[in-house]
Amino acid sequence: MQFRSEKLDNGLEVIAEINPEAFSLSLGYFVKTGSRDETPEMAGVSHFLEHMMFKGTAKRTAVDVNRELDDLGSQSNAYTSEEQTVYYMSVLPENQHAALDLLSDMMRPALRDEDFQTERQVILEEIAMYDDQPPYGAMERAAEGYFGDHPLSRRVLGTKETVAQLDPDSMRTYHQARYAPNNLTLVAAGAVDFDQLLLSVDELTRQWKPSTAGRSLNQPVPRNEDIEMVHPPATQQYTLQYSPGPGYCDANRYVSRILASILGDDSGSRLFWELVDTGLAESAAIFTQEFEECGLLCAFLACAPEQHDENWAIIQKILTQGKQAPITDRELELAKNKICSGMILGSERPSNRLFSVGNAWTIRRKYETIQSASQHYRQVSIEAVQKEFESLVDRTKVIVSVGPQG
Amino acid sequence: MQQKVFEHRLPNGMVVLGEPMPWLESVAFSLLLPAGTHNEPSNRLGLAGVTLEMCQRGAGPYSSREIVEQLDFLGVERSSSVTTFHTSLSMAAMASVLEPTLEIAAAIFRQPHFPEDELEEARQSALLELASIDDDPAQKCFKELKRLRYGELFGRSSLGDENGLEEATLVDCKKFQRDHYHPDGAILSLAGNFNWEKFVATAEQLFGDWTGNALAKHPKVASIPGNSHLEHDSQQTHIALAYDAVSYNHPEYYQGRGLVGILSDGMSSRLFAEVREKRGLVYSVSASSHSLDDCGSVLCYAGTTAPRAQETLDVTVATIRSLNQGIEPDELKRLKSRVRTSLVMEQESSSSRSSQMAYDWAYLGRVPTRQELLKAIEALTCESLLEHYRKYPPRRWSLVTIGPEPLEFADAVSQ
Repeated sequence: MQFRSEKLDNGLEVIAEINPEAFSLSLGYFVKTGSRDETPEMAGVSHFLEHMMFKGTAKRTAVDVNRELDDLGSQSNAYTSEEQTVYYMSVLPENQHAALDLLSDMMRPALRDEDFQTERQVILEEIAMYDDQPPYGAMERAAEGYFGDHPLSRRVLGTKETVAQLDPDSMRTYHQARYAPNNLTLVAAGAVDFDQLLLSVDELTRQWKPSTAGRSLNQPVPRNEDIEMVHPPATQQYTLQYSPGPGYCDANRYVSRILASILGDDSGSRLFWELVDTGLAESAAIFTQEFEECGLLCAFLACAPEQHDENWAIIQKILTQGKQAPITDRELELAKNKICSGMILGSERPSNRLFSVGNAWTIRRKYETIQSASQHYRQVSIEAVQKEFESLVDRTKVIVSVGPQG
Repeated sequence: MQQKVFEHRLPNGMVVLGEPMPWLESVAFSLLLPAGTHNEPSNRLGLAGVTLEMCQRGAGPYSSREIVEQLDFLGVERSSSVTTFHTSLSMAAMASVLEPTLEIAAAIFRQPHFPEDELEEARQSALLELASIDDDPAQKCFKELKRLRYGELFGRSSLGDENGLEEATLVDCKKFQRDHYHPDGAILSLAGNFNWEKFVATAEQLFGDWTGNALAKHPKVASIPGNSHLEHDSQQTHIALAYDAVSYNHPEYYQGRGLVGILSDGMSSRLFAEVREKRGLVYSVSASSHSLDDCGSVLCYAGTTAPRAQETLDVTVATIRSLNQGIEPDELKRLKSRVRTSLVMEQESSSSRSSQMAYDWAYLGRVPTRQELLKAIEALTCESLLEHYRKYPPRRWSLVTIGPEPLEFADAVSQ
């Protein structure tokens, strides 16, 4: 396994974790743009643009793009989050150049008006689909409550209203500002020919012009809030809690992830034994979410409405009994084994390594092997986890509950 | 592409399969038993699932909690499931812990404790899971499609029904385990980094003295055409559609699978292009091949807001029928390219290989190699696909919709 990185004259960074033994390689453009980089009026533009990137370029029609993606036998897709938009493909080594040519061309889309109108309908369908699904907008509402006027409060998909009002011209302006080479990273993993990759990408992106794209970081100031929502067709009650936690650049994140695993993993955790194994709740979990400058510790419950209050009290008890029920050595050992083994099992496909390597580099400018990532978990002490646990008692909480009745 | 698949049959009828993938650090196995929902008494729907759950609540030297803790200690990723014909456990772990992991799996199936004080908890979990499907219309749509299309016996859901779950007793679970958890017809398939001789010795030690009789053959599965609508207060209407096709064990299966690929594999496939890309009708549309024994079907799904649901259904059906106009050479070329790539990439995952091997053996009684699959796919031509379509045109349609309004569907009534 070898790591290489290079910066082109136009500011585009190219990084790769090279494994000559791999059967395939994965390539991805990581764009540092997402819902947090939008204005409130343009909420949803990053995600809408992600769809439009598949709709053709100056050289290719939308049909050409889709056919070529399939011609290469690729497994390809894209996603948009609060902080990034990623386009990726997994291909056989002999298709490296063709895949890069296509993916790079896609980064300079035609954004044709008629495609824009058709694709808007697809986005509205996607919004309707999520509106119909549990937890029926509770996550979006919790983010709005927790983050307030912080940009992380915005919905990745936008709303029906903002999507209906978006126009192709403002999308073009947004694209020009955010898809500049200095705001993109080309990430590769697996059986990569790095020298060839550099030569090709240099040629393919030579015309790209840097911009002043940036991102303002600031700490959110959450307040305690309880929000009730009613969704009459729902049969179960869904409750979500957001509290502060370490962010993606905070060294304490390993401690917080281990604590979340001990308290609320989907098997073997304290929550599992109290609520899921006993048949009291359909689902109950504690998990972390990390952003560039801040993070969350989240709790989730899905159960019958009549059992909700009792179950929720159990979750609160588990979260706040740091002093009464300290973490044991055995719990810590199990959590570490589970997390480290999961990382190794998940890393066998280059397509999975692409995201670990790409995220670490684009957000923290760091490359880590699986072994060194495991070390961070192995080194976490019981005292650190216990300290984190005890500190949960007085954290700010935004709680959103949605069910058939208020 | 060179590939070796080992096979070994224990005297009690259990089949042991292994595919070495020495370039990986992991191993993964599937343990498949011929015990499914069709074996449940008709007043105990859900019993197969409750029995499997109870088997994991204490077995061999382990209590319920010790099973979970031991698997977490070993860093094992696992899942278990019940289908119409099978009960299965799948586990993936680092190669060094294969033996202790397999010991736990063997204990779960062979030496369950069936602790009395855990039955209520298992029952409540199952009832909650059954109830939660009411909030998942897409899944509910497929559950109803299966019931409608395969009837009372073969259309059962692994979630069971409220009555069956309420009535299930510990005696029922013990009887189900005793009657249907047998080595005869069981399959243990392993893929990843392992030594075959050592693995066979472990399998013999763990399963060699297991006894049990073969099950009586079940009646033939046949599809039942028809349609139904479930009223639901949602923005989207969910459409689940099925029609007859050749099954996985049919000599022309790859022709049929090829046609499904033309319809639904990739972003240039016909359904994606016609329903989503050209018309923007849906976010999600797909078709897949499905087999229940000798009964093959193509299953389709589309989800769209209610006012556009009729058009979505009509375009979906018209797109399926457009196969009768022929297959373009370019479409076939893309299909072959996708299959070639996915066969190579399959070598990157021990989990996907172990479950595929178990499935292959259950259906075919053998494991086709990558070379063989590649040859079958390379042999497809536009003419052979069209000929296959005309020989086995879509018929015996089933349609289930969930949403505010039912849809018009001529095909289901004109059988």
